[in-house]
Amino acid sequence: MKLQRLNAVLRKELLHIMRDPRSLALALMMPVLLLVLFSFALSLDVDHIPTLIYDQDQTPASRELIAKFRGSPYFSIDGYVSSYQEIDKAIDRGTILLAVVIQRDFKSVQLLLDGTDSNTASIARSYAESVVTRQRPRVEVRTRVWYNSSLESKNFIVPGLISVILMIIAALLTSLTIAREWETGTLEQLLSTPLRSNEFILGKLGAFCVLGVLDAIIAIVTAVFVFHIPFRGSLPFLGLATGVFLIGAFSWGLFLSSISETQLQAFQMGMLSSFLPAFLLSGFIYAIENMPVPIQIVSYLFPSRYFIAILKATFLKGLGFPELWTQLLALIVYAVAVSTLAMRRTRTKVA
Amino acid sequence: MWERIRVVIRKEFLQTLRNPRTRVMLIVPPIMQLLIFGFAANLDIENARIAFQDGDCTPESRDLRARFDASPYFEVTYDIDRESDVQRLLDKGEVLAVVRVLPGYSKRPAVQVLVDGTNSNNASIVSGYANRLVAGNVSFAETRVWFNPELKSRYYFIPGVVMNILTIITMMLTGLALVREREIGTMEQLLVSPLRPVELILGKTLPFVVIGFFQFYLILIAARLVFQVPFRGSLLLLTFAAALYLLTTLGSGVLISTISKTQQQAVLTTFLYFMPVFMFSGFTFPVRNMPDAVRWVAMINPQHYFIDILRGVFLKGSGFDALWQPMLALAVIGTVLLGASVLRFRKTLE
Repeated sequence: MKLQRLNAVLRKELLHIMRDPRSLALALMMPVLLLVLFSFALSLDVDHIPTLIYDQDQTPASRELIAKFRGSPYFSIDGYVSSYQEIDKAIDRGTILLAVVIQRDFKSVQLLLDGTDSNTASIARSYAESVVTRQRPRVEVRTRVWYNSSLESKNFIVPGLISVILMIIAALLTSLTIAREWETGTLEQLLSTPLRSNEFILGKLGAFCVLGVLDAIIAIVTAVFVFHIPFRGSLPFLGLATGVFLIGAFSWGLFLSSISETQLQAFQMGMLSSFLPAFLLSGFIYAIENMPVPIQIVSYLFPSRYFIAILKATFLKGLGFPELWTQLLALIVYAVAVSTLAMRRTRTKVA
Repeated sequence: MWERIRVVIRKEFLQTLRNPRTRVMLIVPPIMQLLIFGFAANLDIENARIAFQDGDCTPESRDLRARFDASPYFEVTYDIDRESDVQRLLDKGEVLAVVRVLPGYSKRPAVQVLVDGTNSNNASIVSGYANRLVAGNVSFAETRVWFNPELKSRYYFIPGVVMNILTIITMMLTGLALVREREIGTMEQLLVSPLRPVELILGKTLPFVVIGFFQFYLILIAARLVFQVPFRGSLLLLTFAAALYLLTTLGSGVLISTISKTQQQAVLTTFLYFMPVFMFSGFTFPVRNMPDAVRWVAMINPQHYFIDILRGVFLKGSGFDALWQPMLALAVIGTVLLGASVLRFRKTLE
């Protein structure tokens, strides 16, 4: 391996990136755009649940319960009805999520829920039940929430989003790069030069890592300063982990690229093996411990799982190397294994 | 005209199906996506690990512990006797919550629940369940859930997965197929042939309509077989809605191809379009929760309408009378997108 040739590939790749300003702009805008979308607009928090009231009782006691629902920020009373048919219709049309039926003589309170969105429904159910049961308290329950005391889904989603963004760049850009040279015929020209496969791979990797590091910095700065996500852990540790993660993720993209014949194939494989696992099997939104055991085992194969654990723990819990070194080790193993694989694979293709 | 379109369609099919690897790529990715999504996209809580700290040690407090253990939602994995364990267990993520029975529970019942809020959604569900369990008798409030009585999030997500797969395949494949001809230079060869632009677009997109529908039914069958998602509505109606939806994905695919020079640009642009559209469709995040301005934008989001139709047909068994509005919206958006893309495409050819 010669540093001079490595340097030449690195320069060539950086030139490619710079000469396509549109792709460069898209790649750098992606983190900001996604962060803005997620932080402003996306939330799993449940409030203002559209609610109908059917009061058969019409007594001070029932009106007191209604007042409690009215006073709660979680519910917004959309109206009062006097028959079950009206509730039927409203739930069918999807205009309300919850109907509270107070039965005659306050015998019991019926809660009718639209379960289509199971997550919202189960949270709405527990809110409504706690309003109703608080009327007849038996046990005092005090709940305290740690790390994210306001239970804002923004704080939980944004740190993980940084990993998803970096994975998108890896899946979309690196997986195309070798396939593109193959498809347009420039790979053959490179083969006739004295360039070796490890110089080729490392050069490409270096160029994309520059882009990836820029993206990571943009994402972290935006998260902390624009969206005020608390950052409680060690920044050098997070930086180190990000670097290792980038090497592994981009090497996987290059590996895919080297085994594809067209950019389309490379893209499809990238979607399937980088983006989707990063989104779904990583604990980003969907908790891994709720998945079936075989899927949980599969999730250990993808680096996002470890990186997201590190991101969430450094951001929200303020942990560092002593607690997270196993996750970092896993990332290192992945990066070394996959980059070796990519270099070997390119060697056989060249020969 | 039809003769020439037939030729382009044949060429596209040959190009796509000739290669054994692309044949595999038509079947394996959608099924894999369905499986990953179906198993992983799950917001339900089962057997949440909790720690129990008994500060009372009376029959009553032991009874509470037994109730937590017996609940399908919880699994008591630790019994805490040192205060420092609370911090350690929550820090390491070993448990999702700590239930603390305060001394004197048998006389004046008081319980403290400490929840790990890192995953805010999990946390609010867990604390809801824990409160319900501690409060004990909730027979006073009688709850009934419609359409999805077990509150399985899988039933909520799978119809959305169908849409997601259909979108990626049809939009990406059309966009890339057109840009590819340009990038490797075969577009010029097509231009010197007597093909007219409309014929070229039709010939290029119709194969993907066929492939799209093939995958659509493949995923529907797999969703029924693997995940047993209820399908209560009419398949005919859903097929019609899917055809309307395909107008929008093909339209945006062609449109993106006209503004991209290389496949890399096309992929990035498609993604930049797909991500917000997907995020604001209501797939995971309810549109109801979004700020007003965003909800307004969601009115022109085709995915938002199609996901409503899918969930309506799957879970509620809704018919045309309940769904004609979103279907009309899809038809309008689709016509506009496809029309705009044909106009642009003609211009780029000249």
